[in-house]
Amino acid sequence: MTEKKKSNELQSYWSGNRELRRRWAKLRRNKAALFGGVLILIYLFTALFGPILYPGNPSAPNLIRSLETPSRQHPLGTDELGRSILGRIVHGSRVSLLIAIGVVSLGLLLGVPLGLVSGYYGGKVDFGIQRITDTMLAFPGFLLALALVAVLGVGLKNTVISVGISMVPIYIRLVRGCVLSVREQVYVEAARALGTRDVAILMRHILPNVMVPITVQTSLGMGTAILFAAGLGFLGVGVQPPTPEWGAMLGSGRAYLFHAPHVATFPGIAIFLAVLGFNLSGDGLREALDPRFKL
Amino acid sequence: MLSCSRLVAPKIDWNMLRYVIKRLISTLPVLIGISFLLFFMLRMLPGDPAQVLAGQMATPEEVQNIRHQLGLDRPIFTQYALFLGRLVRFDLGRSARTQNPVIEEVWARLPNTILLAVAAIILACLFGIPAGILSAVRPYTWIDYLVTSMALFGISMPVFWLGLMLVVLFSVILQWLPAGGTGTWKHVILPSITLAAFVVAFIARMTRASMMEALAQDYTTTARSKGLKESVVVVKHALKNALIPIITVVGLQFGLLLGGAVLTETVFAWPGLGRLIVDSILARDYPVIQGAILIFGLLYILVNLMVDLVYAFVDPRIRYD
Repeated sequence: MTEKKKSNELQSYWSGNRELRRRWAKLRRNKAALFGGVLILIYLFTALFGPILYPGNPSAPNLIRSLETPSRQHPLGTDELGRSILGRIVHGSRVSLLIAIGVVSLGLLLGVPLGLVSGYYGGKVDFGIQRITDTMLAFPGFLLALALVAVLGVGLKNTVISVGISMVPIYIRLVRGCVLSVREQVYVEAARALGTRDVAILMRHILPNVMVPITVQTSLGMGTAILFAAGLGFLGVGVQPPTPEWGAMLGSGRAYLFHAPHVATFPGIAIFLAVLGFNLSGDGLREALDPRFKL
Repeated sequence: MLSCSRLVAPKIDWNMLRYVIKRLISTLPVLIGISFLLFFMLRMLPGDPAQVLAGQMATPEEVQNIRHQLGLDRPIFTQYALFLGRLVRFDLGRSARTQNPVIEEVWARLPNTILLAVAAIILACLFGIPAGILSAVRPYTWIDYLVTSMALFGISMPVFWLGLMLVVLFSVILQWLPAGGTGTWKHVILPSITLAAFVVAFIARMTRASMMEALAQDYTTTARSKGLKESVVVVKHALKNALIPIITVVGLQFGLLLGGAVLTETVFAWPGLGRLIVDSILARDYPVIQGAILIFGLLYILVNLMVDLVYAFVDPRIRYD
């Protein structure tokens, strides 16, 4: 009996592994997703090893060299204070990565448990959480982040909190929708019949089954977080100078658009490539992991 | 003499009317939620909201005056009730900067934002829907890859950067169009293209997915087997059935567009609601921020309601029961 059980477990392990391998192979065949992965790797590498790649203080002004066009010494030119744009982009990648990770973590930490509880328990709890979600979704995400910044104030920490909270309703809706379909499955019913506690059912049986959409949303959410934070920086209500933040760099470059367009051009390319990387990977992950794309 | 038939009142679709009322009622919790959010926005401010509104230079008497005017010296529930009462009368207070009624400031800017949003959504539909159809009709060909790549580029591109690059190209290098401001039709072109680029990608993607599904259905195969021309099959059979998700995404994008308008209006110095919000945040003019955000929320709810109603015209199978 025990041997049979063991053999069944082994079989399910290998079949699960085979499924994983099949999905991985599908992901690898997707050239766009691979390109996205490469972009993310470059971005992560730059963010992690920025100070080694480009040593020195990226915020130290050098007014004699202000608004220089790209040259051998400064491959992307200099900004209005004579600082190397390449140096600031390299150091800025660390700031934007920090924001993106903070935002997505906040979205996950608040959105996933609320979505799980809302979908699993239903009733009044669900009603309450969904009305709050409705209210938050009554505003476009960026506008909600902007409204929160208006209350909390500018700066890195408040940017993370504002953009993070604006993402919470997306996770709540996503997770709740998945839970609604999963909670009716036989294995959940069986676990309930065996007297398993709700927390254990949610963590062991339901959460693993909603991980695919959460993973996809996390990849897409990283891109959105970078875009939103850059947008706030551009408006002057996000991360404040002299911190090298891509959006703020673009915002300050706007004033020199007619004389030195390169100041605003290159930070925008950096934002675009980072967001593109996460979006391509998110799309690829969805195609590889979501069974609805097997068609 | 007028014929009698012309004088007969148009037939009222009671089901539809009932549905509209039901939908309007269902927005009430959201409206109450928005009012909560706006009410507590002012209360969440660090320090004394009256002091924030009065400014740092205000005397204690002036601060006390503002506190009394806003009812901040009353119990919190009374304050909320007063706030709701003012909201119902569209009394959103006065701007801390200009001392003008907030509603006047908001109304003055609203038409500009709506003009920009409508121009952008029309432009986005004009490009997005045909691109999506083309992509679905020729799947996995170079044209499909081109459309899907462009769509992904559009979604990933910061709208404010695209705006700046368009200014560099069309205003600085070619000198064809003005870099900002308002007044002539030429001023609308660059901001609406910028805003449309943000939305066209979503519309193209949804049109492609929806059309591909419709083209794989039995009724499309039947239409083809009857010997109908491919253009008739695509437009009359597939597109007609694929319209619902497309309309949904157009409606949803309208909301995103309002968010994008904040950035686009800043890039092009366009005197709309979005710019008003940004200027008010920078000046800490909270009554105006509240008012403008409230109007944005209402607009979004209204658009969603309209999308629901448009479904009926597109798909008669939908019953409003």
